[in-house]
This record gives sequence, C-alpha cells and structure tokens, in this order.
Amino acid sequence: MSGLSIENLSMRFDLPNGSSVQALQDVSLQLAEGELLSVLGPSGCGKTTLLNIVAGFLAPTDGQLVLNGHRVSGPDAERGMVFQKGALFEWMSVRDNVSFGPRMAGKREAEWGEEVDHLLEIVGLQDFKEKAIYELSGGMQQRVALARCLANHPDVILMDEPLGALDALTREKMQSLVLKLWKETGKTIILITHSVEEALLLGERLLVMAPRPGRIHKEYRLPFADLGVGQDLREVKKHPEFAERREEILGMIWDMEEEIMGRSEESA
Amino acid sequence: MSALIVLLIYVAIFVGSFFLVKLAVQSATNDFTSLKTVTFGDESAVRPNRIASVVSIVSIFVLWGAFTGSSLLPGFLHAPGPFIGDATFTYTAEADGQAADDATVTVRVFEVGTDAEEPTVEAGDGWAKNDAATIGAWRSGLIRVDKNDEFGRKEGHRIVAVNGEAIAPGGAVETEFGRVGMSQKGTLNFVPNKGWQMEPIWLPAPEAVVSRIGSIAAEGYRGSTLWEHLGYSLFRVVVGFFFGALVGIPLGYAMGLSNWFRGWFDPIVEFMRPVPPLALIPLVIIWAGIGETGKIILLFLAALWIMAIAARSGVSGVAISKVHAAYSLGASKTQIMRHVIVPNSLPEIFTGARVAMGVCWGTVVAAELVAAEQGAGMMIMVASKFQNTDIVIMGIVLIGIIGFGIDILMRMAEKALVPWKGKI
Repeated sequence: MSGLSIENLSMRFDLPNGSSVQALQDVSLQLAEGELLSVLGPSGCGKTTLLNIVAGFLAPTDGQLVLNGHRVSGPDAERGMVFQKGALFEWMSVRDNVSFGPRMAGKREAEWGEEVDHLLEIVGLQDFKEKAIYELSGGMQQRVALARCLANHPDVILMDEPLGALDALTREKMQSLVLKLWKETGKTIILITHSVEEALLLGERLLVMAPRPGRIHKEYRLPFADLGVGQDLREVKKHPEFAERREEILGMIWDMEEEIMGRSEESA
Repeated sequence: MSALIVLLIYVAIFVGSFFLVKLAVQSATNDFTSLKTVTFGDESAVRPNRIASVVSIVSIFVLWGAFTGSSLLPGFLHAPGPFIGDATFTYTAEADGQAADDATVTVRVFEVGTDAEEPTVEAGDGWAKNDAATIGAWRSGLIRVDKNDEFGRKEGHRIVAVNGEAIAPGGAVETEFGRVGMSQKGTLNFVPNKGWQMEPIWLPAPEAVVSRIGSIAAEGYRGSTLWEHLGYSLFRVVVGFFFGALVGIPLGYAMGLSNWFRGWFDPIVEFMRPVPPLALIPLVIIWAGIGETGKIILLFLAALWIMAIAARSGVSGVAISKVHAAYSLGASKTQIMRHVIVPNSLPEIFTGARVAMGVCWGTVVAAELVAAEQGAGMMIMVASKFQNTDIVIMGIVLIGIIGFGIDILMRMAEKALVPWKGKI
C-alpha cells in the first residue's frame, strides 16, 4: 500500500501545573502518493504538532502513522521537512547545504553532483553555489531549503509555513515554484500555512482544522493547484470559485477565533 | 594633593579638547550614519571619535612626562619640580644668660643618586655660628644647628625664630625653599619644596621605563631573560587553557546532550563557576607546590568551567529546526554532532575561549605574584620589594600588551573560523 496513512492520531501534553492540553484528537487522514495537502487553521489548532508527528519529531500519545506500508517512528530521510526559516546550515555553502542529505548517506560527489547542480538551476541559484547562507536574501534561503529537501529524494515533503517569513511578491513567486516542483517531481506534500489564499492556491486537498482540541473540521478537494501549474497565479485568483471558497473558509476561521475569544473571556 | 591636580588637568584637557575639536573639525562625510539625527540613544550611531582617542593617549603620556620631569618633554611643559640647589634660612637662638643671636643655615638640596658636598660656609660673627647641610630632593633632614654654636644645649641653647618668625617645638615656618619644622626636642627639620612632580621611586619618567625594558631585554632579570619570564607566563597560560578546553568542551557538550551528564555535573559546574581561580591558589600550592604543575593545574581549573559552560550553551544555542532538518535529511547522531552541533556552537566556544584566555592571563600573573621562579608576575613582585617602580610599570605594560595581543589573536581566529557569527 503506497501513500501516507494517519490513523486516529491523538496528542495530549501534560502541563507542569497538572492540567493537560489536548493538542490533537482522533485525527485520521489518507494521503495518496503525489497528493498535495494544505493544512489551514487558527493558531493553536495543532497543525504544527501534526506535522511534527508526521516528521517523527514527536511521538503521538495515541494512534499511528503508516507510510508505504510500514509504521513510522522517529525522523527519517523518507520524510523531508522544509522549515519556515533558520534551518539552513550557515557554516556551509549553498551547494554543501543542498548536497547535505546525499553526503550524509555516504554518496560521492559523482553520484549527486549533477543532480544538485540541476536542482540549484531549477530554483534559480546556479550563480550562488559557493555563496554563504547569510549572504542570501530570505527568499533565496527558502529556495535553498526546498532544493536541499528535494536532493534527498524523500517520499513525503513536509512544509511548515515555508513561505510565512517572505514578502508578498517573493511569496507569490515561491508559490509558483512549489507548484512547479510538485508537478515535476510528483512528491507527496503536506503544507502548513496561515494564509487562506496560499492554502487554496497550492492545496490539491485542503484541510481546515479546528482548535481545542485540535481536530479536522472540514476537508476540500480543489482544482486550483492543477490550474496554477504553468499559469499566472493571479489569474487563478480571479476564478469565481476561488473567491467563493476563500470567503467560506475565512468565515469558518473567523467563527473559530471568535469562539476561542468568547471562551477565554468566559474563563477570565 | 598632586593627584587632585593631575585629575583636574586631565578633566580640563578632556573638556577643552572636546570644544576645540568641535570648533575646528567639521564633519565632511555624508554617509548614512552621519546623517542620522537621533544619535542619543541609538548605540549604532555612536562611533568612536578618533581625534579623541589620539588626544586621550597623548595626554596620558604628556601628563606622565610632565609630572615626572621627563626629558622627552620640553621644559616648559614640566610641572614644577622639587627644589634643587642651595637653600638658606636664618635662625635666632637664645642661651642662658646670652643675648639672642642670628646665624644662617645653608642646605644643599641635591638630586638623589648624585654626589653632593656640604657647602662651605663662614662661621660668621656672634656666638651662634652659620651651619651647612645636605638633603636629597623629596627627602627631609634634621639639622643640629646648636652643635657648632658656642653655647650648646647644656647652656640652654634654644631656637626661638626662623627667618624672623617665631617657632616653638612642634611648630613650623614656611620659607622660600621649603618648610622648617621643629621637633619636640627643639631640633630643626628641613623639608625642601617638593614641587608637583612625582619622585622616581613612586613614578619613573616614561623614558626610564623604556630604557629599563631595553636593559632587561638585554641583561635579563633575576637570572632569566625577559623573554624567558614572559615565555613562562605564556607557556603556563597556553598549556593550562589547552587542557582546560580539552576537558571542558567535551564536558560541556556531554552536559548539553545527555540528561545523566547534565544532572551529574550541573551542581559541580555551578558551584565551581563563581569560585574565583585566585581563591584556589593556596590549595593548589598545598597540593602541587609552587612549580609548573601547580600553576598549570590552577589555569586548567580556571579555563575548565568557562569552557564547559560555553560548550553547553553552544549546544543549547543550536536552533532546534537545524537539528530536526539534519535528522530529516538522514543524518546519524555522529554526523549531527560533527556537522551541526559542533559548527553551530563554535561562536559560543570562541566567546568562552576569549573569556577563558583573559581569566587565565590574569590568574597566571596573580599566581606568579604569590610564588614563582620565573614569570611576568614574579618580575613585578620582586621589583616592588626593591622599590624598582620602573620594572613594575614595565611589567604591567608588557602584561597589558600581551593580554591585548592574545585577545586580538583570538578575535582574528574567530573571524576566520566563524564568519557567520552575528549574521544569523
């Protein structure tokens, strides 16, 4: 069985004061190979916790995770991660960052050199191979992070708000790049984002999560990711269904936020 | 008194040169920082005024020269020196049944270290005879003027006035050349004017210190050459620091990576950290003696805790996303140690190393002050016992230069090895 299967995942943190927080409750999800899932939700809905569990950085208190037929525990090269920022290795050049995975696997440059250079070309950094990380702009750094993840050939790519720290224009360019890479490589991708537009544009499937306890609120299947490949994303946004879905989801998230506010006002 | 004068002059130079420079020098640059209007409160807009630095250094040396009568400075810049030459004053003596009689005292005030002959004086008329004496500059001396008088103390010789001013036992008269006091027994005590300059045994002139560096560099001191003294100190610091880092860095990593190590060593490190290494000197001397072993153990202990804490905070300073990323890229624990944790902790380790080097350098000098055969600290300690202030100052200057040099070297190494420091 190929693909990623999340089965009845629950996560409860015990707090030092004796109470506990239910970060995730009974989350189940099937993801076929090559699907792009974007996850959206108000802060505190457990989407980052979910991603950390899938990546293997956290062990769930209940439930399990099955990837391509085997149970997942702990981080592994089969699940690559792209962080929001600050996960690049400043003491290495751009090329050394991108080739980190293959090098750690003990491969020689003859095996990865050509591909790494090709990836750097795709993300438009062929002229910055030997530059230090701190000499690059934020957008360039995220492109390095993307290339580094791809160079390691993971089965699943996990993205934790990878474009959240970028300015609007760079963000739009990066969204096109993510779509292009997704189509070209056919990877399974889970993308966490705060931006409703980004979730709609990139997500072939879209998951809206609700907080306290963190759970799946609603799931969509969307056409925009396919439309966006090879097309100006601003054209996609003009699509009538796009505006409709955006309003619907924004309304949903606003309702959740208001509910949280109301609850905390009650308790206060 | 003269310390206050020096301080006042120094403050005057500080304020005066500020206004002078402000008037004379108009900023010609129009770079980004110079165009900032808010500089008070914006630390990044405060840049060292290089003119102030030059004036600061120059005025320290000028003050030093002026108040030591340095030959490097033109005479008009010298602070008033001590009186040197022949001083005279008169005294009026009485004796039982005799009329008061005047006589003159001639005192030759000479530079200490040169030969001085007593001035020849004529005895003069009357029963009180003229006297002569020699006194070194900055010193004082008792003058028994009654000895050559016709009526001595047995006959009730007593001095009633100096330069016409009445004087009594315990009193004093200020004269043109200095102060004439009278002891309880009625003996005159002459203190020539000291001026504002410092006596060489308190503060030698700059050129005396420089020439002392030359002579000690050529001849050595206390059986070792200058380079041996400094080399011994440096050797102890380098060896002590090396072993401290060799043990401290892995210990710090272990504390940052393992619960058991953290729990085991936390109380020890946290206890030893606030103990100043100087407080360990007596114990180390009891255990290991005053030889090299003892000093190296001391410096090892001085560097150990600093390096352990630096390495520990280096590990805790690794952004967790970097470690996560490395695991997700398939790196093993060893690879994460080598490729992520060690390079990421280098900035902290370098900061720690700079601190540790400074502490070691200070500690080695202190340890040598207590007991040593060779070393920079031993040099100044022994010299101070013989009032060789020029050697003491030479030692302090050399210790300062070497300490500064060590820090510069560490900074250069840091820049070469950790170019990303402060840029993340």
